[in-house]
Amino acid sequence: MPTLPAPEVAREWLATMMLIRRFEERAGEMYARAKIGGFLHLSIGEEATIVGSARALRESDYLISTYRSHGHALVRGTPPESVMAELFGRVDGCSHGRGGSMHMFDGSRRFMGGYGIVGGNLPIAAGLALACDYKGSDDLTLCTFGDGASNQGTFGETLNLAALWQLPVLFMVINNQFGMGTALRRHSAVTDLQRKGESLGVPGMRCDGMDVLDTHGVVCEAIRRVREDRRPLLIEAVTYRFRGHSMADPEQYRSREEVERWQARDPIPAFGNKLVAEGALDESELAQLDAQASARVDEAVAFAESSPFPKPESLYDNVYVLDQDVPGWYSLHTTDQDHIPSRDQEASQAGEIPRQMSDAVRLGEEAS
Amino acid sequence: MAAMRYRDALNAALREELQRDERVFLMGEDIGVFGGAFKVTAGLLDEFGEKRVRDTPISENTIVGMGVGAAMAGLRPVVELMTINFSLLAFDQIVNHAAHIHYMFGGQVTVPLVLRMPQGAGHQLGPTHSHCLEAMFMHVPGLLVAAPGTPADAKGLLKTAIRDENPVVFIEHESLYGISGEVPEEEEALVGFGRARVAREGSDVTVVGISRMARTAERAAETLAAEHGVHAEVIDPRTLRPLDLDTVLASVASTNHCVIVEEGWPHGGVGANLAALISEQAFDDLDAPVQRVSGADAPMPYSKPLEDAAYPHEAQVVQAALAVLGQSQGPPAGPGGGS
Repeated sequence: MPTLPAPEVAREWLATMMLIRRFEERAGEMYARAKIGGFLHLSIGEEATIVGSARALRESDYLISTYRSHGHALVRGTPPESVMAELFGRVDGCSHGRGGSMHMFDGSRRFMGGYGIVGGNLPIAAGLALACDYKGSDDLTLCTFGDGASNQGTFGETLNLAALWQLPVLFMVINNQFGMGTALRRHSAVTDLQRKGESLGVPGMRCDGMDVLDTHGVVCEAIRRVREDRRPLLIEAVTYRFRGHSMADPEQYRSREEVERWQARDPIPAFGNKLVAEGALDESELAQLDAQASARVDEAVAFAESSPFPKPESLYDNVYVLDQDVPGWYSLHTTDQDHIPSRDQEASQAGEIPRQMSDAVRLGEEAS
Repeated sequence: MAAMRYRDALNAALREELQRDERVFLMGEDIGVFGGAFKVTAGLLDEFGEKRVRDTPISENTIVGMGVGAAMAGLRPVVELMTINFSLLAFDQIVNHAAHIHYMFGGQVTVPLVLRMPQGAGHQLGPTHSHCLEAMFMHVPGLLVAAPGTPADAKGLLKTAIRDENPVVFIEHESLYGISGEVPEEEEALVGFGRARVAREGSDVTVVGISRMARTAERAAETLAAEHGVHAEVIDPRTLRPLDLDTVLASVASTNHCVIVEEGWPHGGVGANLAALISEQAFDDLDAPVQRVSGADAPMPYSKPLEDAAYPHEAQVVQAALAVLGQSQGPPAGPGGGS
């Protein structure tokens, strides 16, 4: 059983998990109020996998994740204001309103992005690890992805290549029991996911993804081995997402009882109570940490509200790195400014399609 | 200047850039010990070692994705895909990732990645090894597309591609690897992007040729001059993004007639795009509709007579030029003429 870290370290882990939780809850509310568009994938329930793993990294290591990536930006220190502004599609968002929920990025903190294509980040992670070796540093890359991604071709291709080339990359499959709405046993012939890399030369380990202490302990050991041996490992973090896959998910594929069973193991109260029991924290400090997290998220929402939308004339910014000496046309600027929907129209249309999908499913449910 | 084959010009460009910049490295299937399926990388493994010339497994999507990641971390990968058809296995990494990362992350990171791949028919490789897909890449904002038609352009454009901050799809042609041409010997003789090459000057009709078809167009122009007294101006855009439309428009303004020759499919092709741009920008300069000569709108067949019928040759270009000038009866026969 891993021992507790120093009290101030333990408090920081707890505070960060609380920040992610409160952030995600508010993001869900803001989505329902149409402040956020598109798809919104929340990490509620999975906070221990994020904090336990990222706190095992050093600052120069790379972290790369998926479309469920708000928490990964926050854990690396990206200000909540910047993440919320991205969700709001504002110019001060961490991807300047170009990426949205699925495409957070903070290169200055070596958070190398959230990626919207399932399994799309694995080869990129191996490339980052290759660059670490190429430059002669002993940095490594932590690559997280879901259980569903373990069925993509990139999983087999990338694990093989990483083992073959002895790349310093730690693959971490966040087994939250579902690939969207398809349960693990219905999408993967091998459900013992830590073993799924064995035939590719990548040994596996497992951690309890509902326990930040266990996650941190296992990831630390894996990182020590990856950094020293310059070989990849695969960790399976067993966890559960308490919310739907995205906000457009009526959750018909699982029972209320199953969700409640997992919620009884909620990683945040579990760790908070442990700290109280061990005397690292008292009840009032626990409440205070939570209040601080909520207050910080309030500030993030206020900031996002006040940040402007990107100007329509910035539509073509950063499609290319332009070379002023090139006379040819990079893009065809055929967009007529008059035809760009106004800011108000854009905002009112935000999230319309997923909401319609969600409504349709709900109406169908009610009718049957 | 020295006479050099297209293949060797590419090899020289790679060697010079590997020598010039420690961040440049090569990855691809059979590029090292085997020397490259088309021998473009021959000798480079011995010269630069396994760190910089890396044989990969057959995993196109992952090879490209690793190039994306390495480029994001500050290296300058040059990835070889054995043929352009195999790039389709890597389309996720090329389109969703390489092309869009700079944009979708708000300009925080660049992807200076070069993807080399050869295309083209003529070797009886059938429907999965012979296509010309430059239009697919040209379609994607975020990608640059180069398609050199001569040894000099092969070398000069590849050096520019390796130094560019954007992801570049660098399309070679299997039938050009063996051709020779004059290539500048100076190491800094780069060919800039977005500058078309006027391969031949003429005043009667503008003939735009893409990739190998620039060469086909030049031969057609010789025939047009010798046998029909028609003086064709032949233009090779060299890069499809950025596109030097100005040179094409200036030529059309003086000839008032235009033929576009490409080896790829006609629907949504390079010619379709260029014809639309010309009609938008220079409608009043045209005395006749822009004429396209393209590959047949069918998969590439194996059998030699069918394969020959499926991509453009000099005769079809001559016919198209005469047709656009009103000097022949009826539409040109052959590929691109419809079925």
